[in-house]
Amino acid sequence: MKEYELAIVGAGPAGLSAAAEATKAGVREVVVIDEQVKPGGQLIKQTHKFFGGTEHKARMRGIDIASQLARECSSLELRLNTVVWGIFDHTLWLYSNGEVEELESKKILLATGAMENPLAFPGWTLPGVMGAGALQTVVNVWRVLPARKVLMVGSGNIGLIVSYQLMQAGMKVVAVVEALPRIGGYRVHASKVARLGIPILTSHTLKEAKGNNKVEVATVCRVDSNYQPIPGTEQDFETDIICIATGLSPLTELARMSGCEFMYIPELGGHIPVRDENMELTVPGIYVAGDIAGIEEASTAMVQGAIVGLAVAESLGYLSKQKFEQLKQAKLKSQEIFEKGRFESRRVARQKLQERVKSV
Amino acid sequence: MRIKKHPILGELEPGRIVKVEIDDKPVDAFEGEPIAGALIANGINVFRYTKKHKQPRGIFCAIGLCTDCIMMVDGVAVRTCVTGVREGMKITTMYKT
Repeated sequence: MKEYELAIVGAGPAGLSAAAEATKAGVREVVVIDEQVKPGGQLIKQTHKFFGGTEHKARMRGIDIASQLARECSSLELRLNTVVWGIFDHTLWLYSNGEVEELESKKILLATGAMENPLAFPGWTLPGVMGAGALQTVVNVWRVLPARKVLMVGSGNIGLIVSYQLMQAGMKVVAVVEALPRIGGYRVHASKVARLGIPILTSHTLKEAKGNNKVEVATVCRVDSNYQPIPGTEQDFETDIICIATGLSPLTELARMSGCEFMYIPELGGHIPVRDENMELTVPGIYVAGDIAGIEEASTAMVQGAIVGLAVAESLGYLSKQKFEQLKQAKLKSQEIFEKGRFESRRVARQKLQERVKSV
Repeated sequence: MRIKKHPILGELEPGRIVKVEIDDKPVDAFEGEPIAGALIANGINVFRYTKKHKQPRGIFCAIGLCTDCIMMVDGVAVRTCVTGVREGMKITTMYKT
């Protein structure tokens, strides 16, 4: 059986950046595996422009970053429509079109991403209650308008950006509901939403969804300082869809299966694999990058992916230790500059992570 | 409904239109698009019913993770959000009756 040098699970920003960087440094026999029909991960639905400097592909739209990364990886073996359902030592088990296959690789990168969190409330299983990113996929990738009216729960960057993009596509966002007493996302995104006349209701929560076979009415109410609903403050919104933008959870199944150690950092999405500063797990030869390593943005995923690409090249002897350190520091520096504009809570999370990484 | 014009994404590039059957009813779809997309475009938003209580379920994640959009296609249970349309597919909603 053919043995690959690097097998990458996930063709999103992290996986493709790793593939591009590893190949540039001389790694041969690289394969990227993804269960979707197109490469690019969640970038393929992101019509907005990115922040940061040129090294973070700022001022580029997510959709264009996806095309650029795919072009950089166009000479590589890309297996789409393929699910990785198991990892046993350095063997991956794949499923595609009814066939099961095994694949061996010296190094493995798990760049599986994240999943949207559901939110439990009476009526949460009605058709029409869906992830904000899910509706973004339906509208921007599938180019389908499922309904006219939508209520957004969560005013973090996903809630705000998706609200704006739904309006662009012809939907009406009736309100953005936020349990915190302040808007969660960047002011620039909130302003764009507010300018469209969409009310952003802080200190509010979704109490209930009602409807016959689908969402018809969303009941929203005020919450007190302990996030408890205040009786008598209920307000009904007619809507067809309720979008949930209350955070993401890392997709860590394969990391769990690898037998690596885990740590718990709530600010980064909960249970995430312990890894060193080169993103290598406590199981040698297996790496993580992107949201599986803790929920961040695509910019972070690309930097982490690139570092894995370089680390793999170094460990396989394609890069000298010195050259590797030099290239890695450049990547980390660009990340540091980016971090300066981040929220305090993110910095705290990052600090916790750094302390843990040092102790590995 | 299809989004034919989009301020960022431009005009919708029309794909090849094929016929599929959903619960014995013919609907039009673009070849290769996710089955779920074709169904929503045709106004179908209930993707399955729960086995015991017959409660309706719609799409939740749209990227192949939650399995709420699972349907029988030509006798096999598939995630309709990550399975492409092929001409003549017979799609059945699970546990409808």
